[in-house]
Amino acid sequence: MNIYAIRVIYKYEMLRFRNTLMQSFASPVISTALYFVVFGSAIGSRIETINGVSYGTFIVPGLMMLTLLTQSISNASFGIFFPKFTGTIYEVMSAPISFFEILIGYVGAAATKSMIIGLVILGTAGFFVPLNIAHPVWMMGFLILTCISFSLFGFIIGLWATNFEKLQLIPMLVITPLVFLGGSFYTIDMLPPAWQTVTLFNPVVYLISGFRWSFFEVSDVSVALSLFMVLVFLILCLVVVWWMFKTGYRLKR
Amino acid sequence: MSAIVSISNLSKTYADGHQALKNISLDIEYGEIIALLGPNGAGKTTLISTICGIVNASSGTVTVDGYDIVEDYRVTRSLIGLVPQELTLGSFDTVTETLCFSRGLFGKKPAPALIEQLLKDLSLWNKKDNELMSLSGGMKRRVLIGKALVHEPRVLFLDEPTAGVDVELRKDMWALVRRLRESGVTIVLTTHYIEEAEEIADRVGVINNGELLLVDDKQALMQKLGKKQMVVELKDAISEIPHVLSEWVLELSTDGQQLTYTYDPRNLHTGIASLLRAISDAGLLLKDIQTTQSSLEDIFVDLVKKKI
Repeated sequence: MNIYAIRVIYKYEMLRFRNTLMQSFASPVISTALYFVVFGSAIGSRIETINGVSYGTFIVPGLMMLTLLTQSISNASFGIFFPKFTGTIYEVMSAPISFFEILIGYVGAAATKSMIIGLVILGTAGFFVPLNIAHPVWMMGFLILTCISFSLFGFIIGLWATNFEKLQLIPMLVITPLVFLGGSFYTIDMLPPAWQTVTLFNPVVYLISGFRWSFFEVSDVSVALSLFMVLVFLILCLVVVWWMFKTGYRLKR
Repeated sequence: MSAIVSISNLSKTYADGHQALKNISLDIEYGEIIALLGPNGAGKTTLISTICGIVNASSGTVTVDGYDIVEDYRVTRSLIGLVPQELTLGSFDTVTETLCFSRGLFGKKPAPALIEQLLKDLSLWNKKDNELMSLSGGMKRRVLIGKALVHEPRVLFLDEPTAGVDVELRKDMWALVRRLRESGVTIVLTTHYIEEAEEIADRVGVINNGELLLVDDKQALMQKLGKKQMVVELKDAISEIPHVLSEWVLELSTDGQQLTYTYDPRNLHTGIASLLRAISDAGLLLKDIQTTQSSLEDIFVDLVKKKI
């Protein structure tokens, strides 16, 4: 295994994160703080508890997921798209490095950044609402798996995109609606019966449900199913990336 | 001498149907400098990119030091350094950082002393902490060379290395290429500057429309295909070539003062001596004589024209 290559890619990507520290942290932290002000205090104070959890506290896992998903996708997609755009990708493609090592470098760095931001948001949430995490290990497990899976998904988008517009297309048109409709701010049983069935086709529901269970021991679907769905998504993304590297899709001419 | 890079029946057809390489076979020998000459779009960059792993071949095989570029890509790529044609560099990294990155990518542990020496050799030491975006085009070209050399490759591919660089830098690069060859590095250079090939190459390959038209020793090529011309300047102008000189293929200049004789220098009897005697016998007075050897450029243009 080319450890040095993984290390330099990872370090390079993390350095990019450090150079844009303000925008990397400021944007998600300010957005989350605003969500707490609007949903937690202004609206949340008028909403009853959900499954015995105050509304402000209830939305914490959903808000974290919202940020984790968007940050993972944006970090990973930009990380691989930018060298493609500038042409510096030639160096990676001509180096003695396997697709798996490239993945560990780029996706590992993107997932690390998302995790850091996720934890910062958790800390920010602690300033607004009382937090008690029932299963911290499971919480970290879901956090790590989600960051890796969606960083992989972002990596696929970065490989697929041929311009900046395409880079933004899927996160804006697909991911954001899925997260908002995935139970970030409500439980599925609050929806009309027909929509409860429809929403089960939304993969984000399983992520948020499992993540929320690790906080409050309440979930929309079983934890095992949540975990299974995250792993299926992870494997699916790995297969797609493997195929992209094998065929050289959008990488090699 | 055996081949460090062996290309066998290599073809590449792009998705749009354009056939960039047509059944190319070529052996590149250890320690040589080979120049691949060809006009824009001839297939030079595709050939290099395929060997380096950036382009997938449609058919054919390539080995580097006996290892297959697909099966044993880790070995072959670690032996190769590539300087691309475009100035493709990041913006915010410093010169030292980008060299460290390249060395790591190729699986080599950090070597600050080696990087310092390389930067000094490339006259980049005083720019080591500068951000890449602040460098001039020539400096960026040097950085790209540094990045290609920092993992100590045994074969260096230079894709149009002096495109758009000034004369001074071009000469610096030629000197660097010679030094690298002396250290045992094999150099493969693509260019459409004939003078570059003429100046530094041991062998020259000519590519056009994806075909390798020929590969030969530079001197042998010039001897084999090169023609020589003798220009005889006359003291007094003449209106037509005297009948007694019809034995030789001569051209008379429009001002009637120059006779040009084209001959093959490889022939034992070039006909020069007898021509000069015949000119004298015809009563023409000589003012001056000069001979010229056709350059690699003349040969290249000739070859490419024949194939179009």
